[in-house]
Amino acid sequence: MPFIPHTPADTAAMLEAIGARSVDELFDEIPEALRCGPLTHVPSALTEQQISRLMQERATADGTFLNFIGAGAYEHHIPAAVWEIATRGEFYTAYTPYQAEASQGTLQLLYEFQTMIASLTGMDVSNASLYDGSSALAEAVLMAVRLHGNSRRVLMPETVHPLYRQVVEAIVTAQSIVLETVPAGEDGRTDMDALRKQLPGAAALVIPQPNFFGCLEDAPEMVQLAQEAQALTIGLVNPIACALLAPPGEWGPGCDIAVGEGQSLGAPLSSGGPYFGFMACKRPHVRQMPGRIVGRTVDAEGRDAFTLTLQAREQHIRRSKATSNICTNQGLLVTAATIHMALLGPAGLRQVALASHAHTKRLVARLTAIAGIRLAYPNTPFFHEAVLRIDAPVPDVLRALEAQGILGGYALSEAFAALADGLLVCATETKTEADIERYAEQLERIVSKRRMEPPCAYKDNNQRSL
Amino acid sequence: MLIFDRSQPGRVNAAQMPPAMDLPSDIPEALLRRQPLVLPEVSELQAVRHYTRLSQRNFSIDTHFYPLGSCTMKYNPRASNALAMLPGFLNRHPLAPESTGQGFLACLFELQEILKDVTGMRGVSLTPMAGAQGEFAGVAMIRAYHKARGDEARDEILIPKAAHGTNPATAAMCGYRVHEIDVKPDGDIDLAALDAAIGPRTAGLMLTNPSTLGVFDRHILDIAQRVHKAGGLLYYDGANLNAILGQVKPGDMGFDVIHLNLHKTFSTPHGGGGPGAGPVGVSERLLPFLPVPIVGESRGHYYWITEKTRPQSIGRLSTFMGNAGVLLRAYVYARLIGREGMPRIAQYAVLNANYLLRKLAALGFEPAYKGRRATHEFLLTLKNLKDTTSVTAMDVAKRLLDKGYHAPTVYFPLMVPECFLIEPTETEGLDELDGFIAAMAEILLEARTSPDVLKGAPHTLPVRRLDEVRAARELNLTWTPPHKTHS
Repeated sequence: MPFIPHTPADTAAMLEAIGARSVDELFDEIPEALRCGPLTHVPSALTEQQISRLMQERATADGTFLNFIGAGAYEHHIPAAVWEIATRGEFYTAYTPYQAEASQGTLQLLYEFQTMIASLTGMDVSNASLYDGSSALAEAVLMAVRLHGNSRRVLMPETVHPLYRQVVEAIVTAQSIVLETVPAGEDGRTDMDALRKQLPGAAALVIPQPNFFGCLEDAPEMVQLAQEAQALTIGLVNPIACALLAPPGEWGPGCDIAVGEGQSLGAPLSSGGPYFGFMACKRPHVRQMPGRIVGRTVDAEGRDAFTLTLQAREQHIRRSKATSNICTNQGLLVTAATIHMALLGPAGLRQVALASHAHTKRLVARLTAIAGIRLAYPNTPFFHEAVLRIDAPVPDVLRALEAQGILGGYALSEAFAALADGLLVCATETKTEADIERYAEQLERIVSKRRMEPPCAYKDNNQRSL
Repeated sequence: MLIFDRSQPGRVNAAQMPPAMDLPSDIPEALLRRQPLVLPEVSELQAVRHYTRLSQRNFSIDTHFYPLGSCTMKYNPRASNALAMLPGFLNRHPLAPESTGQGFLACLFELQEILKDVTGMRGVSLTPMAGAQGEFAGVAMIRAYHKARGDEARDEILIPKAAHGTNPATAAMCGYRVHEIDVKPDGDIDLAALDAAIGPRTAGLMLTNPSTLGVFDRHILDIAQRVHKAGGLLYYDGANLNAILGQVKPGDMGFDVIHLNLHKTFSTPHGGGGPGAGPVGVSERLLPFLPVPIVGESRGHYYWITEKTRPQSIGRLSTFMGNAGVLLRAYVYARLIGREGMPRIAQYAVLNANYLLRKLAALGFEPAYKGRRATHEFLLTLKNLKDTTSVTAMDVAKRLLDKGYHAPTVYFPLMVPECFLIEPTETEGLDELDGFIAAMAEILLEARTSPDVLKGAPHTLPVRRLDEVRAARELNLTWTPPHKTHS
């Protein structure tokens, strides 16, 4: 019996102690009519060797690609030590640290994590993480509306990741919060004139930096405008970018809340998760912050110690009046992220940011040198992603690249009607000159071949987005 | 000692650094970072040693018996982790085309089918990233269902008083008023109270069965019938599914929507507080509202079902595909357990709990619901102990830590005084259970002979009891360099 240690003798002895004739008798309070027969859609058990074989075959079949897709999940080098330590049983199989004395390892690590995130975002305090970037943004919107008190209208730029906008919509609208889109301008950034008109009376403004197109918004000006309109500001940032770019705490008078996707800090791409969301805020807002928070205190002998704190905000105490229903953080991912940041240090993280920026610049320069390919927003600075416009059907181009082992980027047609020919590309520090050259050569071949001999139309049944 | 205390300016970990570069000229200076980054400057060995040592300051399933009620702290098979971390799965971008993820999608599709079978539901979506998010998805679907029928006067969710705090918090997040229902002295729901509360404003009832009181509600079919008759829907919180896995299907009890905690029943790791996974399952009438993406299959080809073909979906709850790696771990576990193994899990979880209950009761610990069977867990009340010795449930919990056992869940459910919710799980053997019973016997003796030892516990851990009041009053949430004041 997998993972059940009982011998027949154990079972018999235990039943005797209980005074039951059979294990089945222990279910005698359940109405007989409810007992189900054998399961029909669960296959018979495999041994570890058999399931290993199956999983290895499937993982291998999924292949390895040279990846230039970013769009919210980024390939970065992860030091070998990160997951070696994070998957130690003492971290991997521990529960939420309610029993503080038996959880000082996790609790101290979370305190160190909070310190790192607060510094990275330039904010005063951080929580111990939320589920992922988009759900963290939804929680930030709810938090901002609670803090504002008088308005339930939140401004969401079109330049925010389209999947993030969908998640926020799904989570906050049940509380009659209205999300109002702020249009993007011709330069790939938020239209500031439109923003000025929409701000009066709004509860909060979301500011993505860099935005979904990789472009750098005039974040300080946006915070300034929002503050003049008495709207709260939510900075939505990439943590790697924060090592190079001004973080939300440095935008004008400083953002109220900073959130983002933590995946770049040590979490592998893994088909979409698990990742973690981070959230930091100005100190006066801390009691409206959702999620676990760890505080430093002392024990009965005056020794340094760490514990979950401000639990009066949380569901297990306040039930229907809690700041959120969230009951966990993403502990294991935060463990990895903390070790990751410690291994890279301030210089390492900054150099990852610089290299990612430089490699994307190189990629853009090389690809836009190809006839029929140009940069969509040539006058706007970008971080480590950029939008290209391609003079050929993007899905066809991507499919041809895939056949050469290259994932060429994220097609924008689905989410942005005006960018039917748009391709979002990304090159992090993991991409070498040779990688970029290989991509460029293949792309040049595909695009020029298409110009010479356009293929006949065929059905696109290979969806590229989730 | 914090990692920051080990830091020295200028120390770099060269093996982890891309080459140094100049500041870019194409980013305006006003958009560049000004404040220094407060990250530790330590060597790789220092970091490895620091975090290895921190790990040793934790209790975990791998190191300790962890009978935490309603948390199902069972063994997390190493194979689940190793196989979910195969490079082919780990390196795959979430937006890579379906053609590059057929193996990954096959695992998810099969997991959906397995979960449908064990819950008796018609459809499953794997995207919710934790139990609480599964609850949110479930209640949002209840809301969407009533709305789609133009039945918008329903603004109340009924929840038993014993429910986990996430239930009322979730109902509130979905815009509902919460109406709490009493529980009778025998642990079952008070049907008279239910009848009094139920009506045209009832959107649904959220129920955990077995409940968090550690008993199976014997009137579940009556309850379901009453809720449905009033036009409401029945929500199943799957926190305690381990007790009935392969024995009873929530769909057969009459539930319309359920969530599961894969980090409990399907043995994915708790990771010190996540990541979890809280898939949702629904009956026929709620199928259109399931959150996306879902994995579909057609002639051996796996594909994403999105809002395009599910326009009534409550939408997306995560950026990509929930906690995909957790789902892979649950899939591996389900395949290792298999068809025959699923009902055995419930059998041995229930056997272990009833054995512990009987033995602890014989020692003099008082069951909160006398005469009831334990399910996979049971509730003790230590009120008498407190009245006679002034030793509290918290004191006993802390003393257990000294004896090498993680404490059970204490002071939950809130309605039972000085309570201990104990869940041994099926993966613990008789020796381990007897060791725990012996520790409880010692503590009972200590409570009578030397209560101060308990009040001062724990004595053998890296720290003694903490000053929680100070933690909340003098908030210290981040480290700051010595010359500054902390924030």
